[in-house]
Amino acid sequence: MNDISAHTAYHPRWYRPRVSTYWWLWRWVYLKFILREISSIAVAYFVVLLLLQLRALSHGPEAYAAFQAWLKVPQIIALNSVCLLFVLLHTITWFNLAPRAIVVRVRGKRVPDRLIAGSNYVAWLVVSVAVAWLILRG
Amino acid sequence: MADKITLEVMRYRPEQETEPTFQGYEVPFHADWVVLDALNYIKDRLDGSLSYRWSCRMGVCGSCGMMVDGEPQLTCATFLSHYLPGPVRVEPLRYFPIMRDLVIEMTDFMDKLQRVKPWLIRGAEKPLLQGEYLQTPEELDLYKQFSMCINCMLCYAACPVYGLDPQFIGPAAIALAQRYNMDSRDQGSEQRLDLLSQHDGIWGCTFVGECSKVCPKEVDPASAIQQYKLTATKEWFRAFLMPWSAK
Repeated sequence: MNDISAHTAYHPRWYRPRVSTYWWLWRWVYLKFILREISSIAVAYFVVLLLLQLRALSHGPEAYAAFQAWLKVPQIIALNSVCLLFVLLHTITWFNLAPRAIVVRVRGKRVPDRLIAGSNYVAWLVVSVAVAWLILRG
Repeated sequence: MADKITLEVMRYRPEQETEPTFQGYEVPFHADWVVLDALNYIKDRLDGSLSYRWSCRMGVCGSCGMMVDGEPQLTCATFLSHYLPGPVRVEPLRYFPIMRDLVIEMTDFMDKLQRVKPWLIRGAEKPLLQGEYLQTPEELDLYKQFSMCINCMLCYAACPVYGLDPQFIGPAAIALAQRYNMDSRDQGSEQRLDLLSQHDGIWGCTFVGECSKVCPKEVDPASAIQQYKLTATKEWFRAFLMPWSAK
């Protein structure tokens, strides 16, 4: 309590409930929020993975083959699958939330939320197709 | 259809007990009764010692916010029929200190409201002869949504960030700051930014988004905070890249 509310010190018998450490387990929306926040670890993991892949590539064909063999280890496949699910959760939840932060007005009218979220999805699709084309064409 | 429904009401009588308890009351069920009607029935007919706040009964005054079955609700707008066959649990708004029964202590909220300077700030008032400050419908439209807040504090009761860190300025106060920032007549956004760009301000928000879901007036404080984050970031980059343009 700061100075302005200091007068309330004369009411010493308030009951102040404590927030449980597990507050986020009570309700599905809070759990979903925590899962969304945790998903950022998966995003960071994939960034590190990509950097390791580039490093292997720069160290020559043998290093890259060894890296690819490591990727095929069942435990790594399982880990990457779980991380992929988290990254998808991350992407979808944030794209759906984008219209709340980005308010665009065209000729005084607010651009509908669906268009803002939709443009994110379209950009995602375009980039994914471009990457797939780059990888799969050869 | 049921003709009675039970309310489990949280009681806290500081002169008698150190922790809240629950007391059950059986009240008549009417399809057009809201939770507040049931509380008024208890107060008038069953137990005059029950304390709670209410005033307008029509979702305007923002006094009767309570937790109904764990959700922050205006009890004047929450129908008993939604909770059939009962019981319905009624508790004071979450995360606030409890003074008595369903009455919470709101000094912290009032203080935060005041800190964001929710009034029109002008650098210099123009002379009276030049007339009033005019505003177009489009300019009104920019902030109108955020001006609908009735200070019911449901958004604070829905915000785990406020629960964990009571220093957090919180959804309604930030939305109200944004209401004045976006007002074409206001010139105080820099003053407010100094307060709100700190950790206890917008950056404390982790975008749980529940504040907007429980808001009875569709103010969408979560959106106000995220928009404010974008503004603050743009301001920071502007000051960083063009220091000469700083205030």
